Amino acid sequence: MNFNRLLAACPAMLASFSVSAAEGVDAMIDRAVTPLSDALSAVIFYEIPIPFADQGIPFIVIWLVFAALFFTFYFGFINLRALKHAFRLVRGDYTPPEAAGEVTHFQALATALSGTVGLGNIAGVALAVSLGGPGATFWMIVAGLFSMSTKFAECTLGVKYRNEYADGTVSGGPMYYLSKGLAEEWPALAGVGKVLAIVFSVFCIGASAGAGTMFQTNQAFSQLVNVTGGADSPLGGFGWLFGLVVALLVGLVIIGGIKSIARVTEKIVPVMAIVYVSAGLLIIGINIDLLPAAFGAIISGAFQPEGIYGGFFGVLIMGFRRAAFSNEAGVGSAAIAHSAVRTDKPVTEGLVALYEPFIDTVVVCTITALVIIITGSLDPTGQIAGVELTSRAFGSVIDWFPLVLLVAVLMFAFSTVISWSYYGLKAFTYLFGEGQRTELIFKAMVLVAVVLGSSINLASVMNFADAMILAMSVPNLIGVYLLTPVVKRELAAYWSDYKAGRLKTYR
Amino acid sequence: MERFLVGIDGSECSDRALSAAVGQARAADAELVICYVIAWSPYTFSTPQENAERHRRREEELEAARSKILEPRLADLKASGLVAESLARHGHPVRTLVKLAEERKADIIVVGRSGDTPMKTRIFGGTAAGLVQSSPVPVLVVP
Repeated sequence: MNFNRLLAACPAMLASFSVSAAEGVDAMIDRAVTPLSDALSAVIFYEIPIPFADQGIPFIVIWLVFAALFFTFYFGFINLRALKHAFRLVRGDYTPPEAAGEVTHFQALATALSGTVGLGNIAGVALAVSLGGPGATFWMIVAGLFSMSTKFAECTLGVKYRNEYADGTVSGGPMYYLSKGLAEEWPALAGVGKVLAIVFSVFCIGASAGAGTMFQTNQAFSQLVNVTGGADSPLGGFGWLFGLVVALLVGLVIIGGIKSIARVTEKIVPVMAIVYVSAGLLIIGINIDLLPAAFGAIISGAFQPEGIYGGFFGVLIMGFRRAAFSNEAGVGSAAIAHSAVRTDKPVTEGLVALYEPFIDTVVVCTITALVIIITGSLDPTGQIAGVELTSRAFGSVIDWFPLVLLVAVLMFAFSTVISWSYYGLKAFTYLFGEGQRTELIFKAMVLVAVVLGSSINLASVMNFADAMILAMSVPNLIGVYLLTPVVKRELAAYWSDYKAGRLKTYR
Repeated sequence: MERFLVGIDGSECSDRALSAAVGQARAADAELVICYVIAWSPYTFSTPQENAERHRRREEELEAARSKILEPRLADLKASGLVAESLARHGHPVRTLVKLAEERKADIIVVGRSGDTPMKTRIFGGTAAGLVQSSPVPVLVVP
């Protein structure tokens, strides 16, 4: 079939061009993207000045944190009061036996998590702690806890306004609640909803190619080079080859429909997450006597920072920013993943989604931070940061762990690419219509991004990717704010049923 | 009237179990419930794409189980004058059969000893052995 020929031809073409003209092309793309990237970054990361502080807070951080606080208060601390009930939903206590074989709450949550748990939890936290000091952890946890409410709102809407097609497939996400939801709830704003949905989709495609694909393969390859000897690594300069191998595997999954590769990854990713968390807990356990001091450093650092990145607000921003990057609450990506669940009560999936920032940020990120602090791996000069710092912290106790971390990083990166290629695909087909041809065009673009990500180093493209993923939260949250009455209604009806014992349990 | 629950998977061995059950059912004047369990767990991990298509796949799996495995056998049973019905379910083979036996008040569960391939038996575990350990009713295991 010509699918396969295309699959074979794409990387081959890229290989020849990235080998022969890497520098030239780098510079060319860099030049082309820089103005666009700078313009978007200038808006998204616009620093709002604060009196008596040397630096302001980026607009996007205020935007996300304000939303998290607003939804937490508006829904009466749903992030805390519904945790027990949400756990029973995930366990399947409320799932009727007739639904056997359908997508369960557990599966929807696990799929969404494998899209967010990844480099952010390993590299991002290390970056935050090395720039903001231990105190950044405190603000990261705070932001993680509040952003659970944002996830609740967006995932409830994702399920509520999803499309269910005659052939039994489903498709949901911000583009659907922005267009359908706003049209239903605010008929006067139907046009605005359409525009928001289009803007969201454009950002989502950009984020899918950038943060979801290029950033992932880029970081995975740099970790591979680091572990195999850093600057002397025999793999140095073979990024294009790595990219080709990854592109081939990704292509087999998303174009070839080879389920077994995806299945293997989806089995290894949770195992890796468990190994990572267990190793972290083990290291904390061995050094349990240092734990109170570590918490002390985290709390005192949060309010009386001695971080490199300047002052109280510096630490606060570092923590908030890493939390936002890591759990993607408010970005809208999770609403796409969660909407595949089989349920007639949208609120149930929103409640289940509360666990996503909780596991991602409050549990996994905190463990990374504690390991770095407890092992005393923090480099005061800030020279060692990112994956390297985490690797050093774990390696100081378990000397073979950097290898495990390498496998984890590769697996997390791969599963994130698979997840984000799907999010991007949904946005792409929303804009250009469903169909084999449209899908194939987008999937070919993803493969190109995979190879580009690992073979060339483009600071501007990476910045652009960062700005894109956070920019998604602008149209998304405007829609979520406008649709909060819907979520409130759904929640009130569901919660009174639950409190009155009208929900049937099957366990 | 007694009721026999027969777990089948389309393998030769499960067909031997079915014919053994037919013999017993005739002697005891019992009715037969034949069931095909599609191995499935609520706690597996899947890609977003798979989740989006899950409902359709489920229908396809049930349809394939009915048309390829259950219906031909059910027709044979009915043609030979037995009272019989067929079911297709998703779930863990052992737990699903045990639950069905309770629901349908079956007097005995009949299964083949081995599944279709050694690998599959290894992965999904010996359904027969699992039933022997957890069934609330007698189990007839056919080699």
